[in-house]
Amino acid sequence: MTIREKQAALVDEFAFFDDWMDKYNHIIEMGKSLQPLSDQDKQEDLLVQGCQSKVWLKAEKQGDAVKFWADADAIIAKGIVAMLIDVFDEQPAADIAQAELGFIEEIGLKDHLSPTRANGLMSMIKQMKIYALAFA
Amino acid sequence: MAYDIDYIRSQFPILDQQVHGRPLVYLDNAATAQKPKAVVDAISHYYYNDNANVHRGVHTLSQRATDAMEAVREQVRDHIGARESAEIIFTRGITDSINTVAFGMGALIKPHQNVVITALEHHSNIVPWQMLCERTGATLRYIPINEKGELVLHSLEEIIDEHTAMVAFNHISNSLGTINPVSTILARAKEVGAWTLVDGAQSGPHAKVDVQEWDVDFFTLASHKMYGPTGLGVLYGKRERIEALPPYQGGGEMIATVTLEKSTYAAIPHKFEAGTPHIEGVIGFGAALKFMNSIGIEAIAKHEAELLDYATESLSSIEGFRIIGTADHKASVLSFLVDGTHPYDLGVLLDQQGIAVRTGQHCTQPIMDQFCIAGTARASFAMYNTKEEIDLFKAALVRAVNMLR
Repeated sequence: MTIREKQAALVDEFAFFDDWMDKYNHIIEMGKSLQPLSDQDKQEDLLVQGCQSKVWLKAEKQGDAVKFWADADAIIAKGIVAMLIDVFDEQPAADIAQAELGFIEEIGLKDHLSPTRANGLMSMIKQMKIYALAFA
Repeated sequence: MAYDIDYIRSQFPILDQQVHGRPLVYLDNAATAQKPKAVVDAISHYYYNDNANVHRGVHTLSQRATDAMEAVREQVRDHIGARESAEIIFTRGITDSINTVAFGMGALIKPHQNVVITALEHHSNIVPWQMLCERTGATLRYIPINEKGELVLHSLEEIIDEHTAMVAFNHISNSLGTINPVSTILARAKEVGAWTLVDGAQSGPHAKVDVQEWDVDFFTLASHKMYGPTGLGVLYGKRERIEALPPYQGGGEMIATVTLEKSTYAAIPHKFEAGTPHIEGVIGFGAALKFMNSIGIEAIAKHEAELLDYATESLSSIEGFRIIGTADHKASVLSFLVDGTHPYDLGVLLDQQGIAVRTGQHCTQPIMDQFCIAGTARASFAMYNTKEEIDLFKAALVRAVNMLR
């Protein structure tokens, strides 16, 4: 699936829930199922700057594509980074760098996050794009 | 007289609303309290009828605005038992109040002297003293805390010694709710001739304070935590102390005469009130004090103590619920963690259910470091909160915890 198709699939998934507690529950489940980083990997230099909670993001170039791993100390932040990984993981670096992420608004997540948390989300996206640019 | 909670709630229109489709339960009162109609009305009345700059106009509106502002100064004097209203200085807030004193002490303190604070302070009662010590070479010392979040006083005589210039500490901790033994610490400070400052940020809305009974040199209040407008604080200073301090900011209102070479300063309180003051804030604060006193601080404190006991007992039945700050004497603040959950996650899921709590370090990073935690969730109570709201809070917390674990 392309980045666009991945986003559409996520929007569909979330459309299934009417209530925001259920949507959050889904985010939490995504966070719980994200493969955790080892303690060894949770280094200062992998921390995403600008998040209220601690979010670690690791990336590796695999051919033309980028492989991502992430972890967070708070589960909602982890769920949000899991959504981003779902969209970006193993996609071509050039596509990641140029991608527009409409799904965040379509799901309504942007309006539901406090300004500080929305900034955190933007920081995660920016960090993933920086990795992609470096690998492109 | 019975505590008329329905009447009290009816005076706070903001409480009657839904957040994310649920009734709002506002439990972030230690950050800021909501404002009763009387406060909003007083500000409207001022702008509709009396608005003018104070202290310098001869026209009628200026006179009215000045009278209204000075009447509140007298009200504050009476409220905290100061000797004279000139000892009441209006500031931008407690941060401004403490910086005024810490800046002024820069001219008085000697490098071999020290300033004593506690490990229980808000950043606003840490950083100004750190800056003072950096500027002057004086040393900063701390009274430590124990695992319950209480000050440890057994080495008080070594910490506060003959070289101590200032002892500054809060009456009630904002992040843990600990009520500190003010008199004991003040007594030791006086023995060695140190100046004293008590930060009343959290005691203002919950406790009756008499600055003469304490015989404290400086005392601070924040209007917005006492149901008044934001952007206004109080610095009480004993006349002889406040007169000894050089002014913090220069400008209009604080001068007696100005030539291009040299200015002389006005008498207190105006010496410390440079610029046009927060007139509407002062007038709103006067209305807030009047409202609070009409309910009665003792009655409010009793109501809040019942809420704190009820919440402490009720929430403790949640598996893994852990209170941070278990001092024997506490006021109105419940800082907590739930095992297996992060306070930020709790904050988000509580908000989704209409419950407003604070999450994070509460501007008290050293306390969080001492407990080896990144932060807490904090519920704090005010005169208008109810046991029914605590029940809603508990149900929402249980749901959040079940989702997160």
